[in-house]
Amino acid sequence: MADLRILVTADDFDLGAEAARLEAGADTGAVVTFTGRVRDVDGGLRHMEIEHYPGMTEVALTRIAEEAAARWSLAAVTIVHRHGRLAPGARIMMVGTASRHREAAFEAASFLMDYLKSRAPFWKKEVTAEGAEWVAAKDSDEDALDRWT
Amino acid sequence: MKLQVLYFAWLRERIGLGREEVETQAATIADLVAELRAREDRYDLAFSDMAAVRCALDQELVPIDTPLGTAREVAFFPPMTGG
Repeated sequence: MADLRILVTADDFDLGAEAARLEAGADTGAVVTFTGRVRDVDGGLRHMEIEHYPGMTEVALTRIAEEAAARWSLAAVTIVHRHGRLAPGARIMMVGTASRHREAAFEAASFLMDYLKSRAPFWKKEVTAEGAEWVAAKDSDEDALDRWT
Repeated sequence: MKLQVLYFAWLRERIGLGREEVETQAATIADLVAELRAREDRYDLAFSDMAAVRCALDQELVPIDTPLGTAREVAFFPPMTGG
């Protein structure tokens, strides 16, 4: 059974420590980590606010991690997702996977990201000098799930 | 029955609260939405485009026509934007 680590936090996280944790298994030959950051494309972003649904968030993330562990042979799965007010450049979230070989680690990490985008109860709001706006979900994020079904 | 009803993101902002207890006889989530919309303009406005609203029953994502059954908690929110 894969070691699942789910963390929902307002605080920043230590990417190095999370990666090291994924390297713990003796037969782990591959570790993949992906980090999402607050992007400021137009130079006008003051900060991002991330709202979530306490309770459902942890359940949804655990289910997504369990699904990945059921589909690929993984030693460990990590999902960390922050909420609250985040400055441009701040880390928002990460996923990490550990397996014997790289294919499973890459594919599972990609699967985790696709499901996180549209099946985990987080909502992003961008605050600029002009005001605040909720980030709209993209059709392409929903379509991305098709390749896993 | 008494239900905890939660609102997130712009639904929370338009309705003006994040959580409330609602006494209802609604059979489905869609019926509950109709009851809420009949209450006040702010609810009517928030639920005016149901294509942009998702819902969860006891923290499980479900379709809008799902029966309330013995659920305790219903949540309404826009499509999720995690990651």
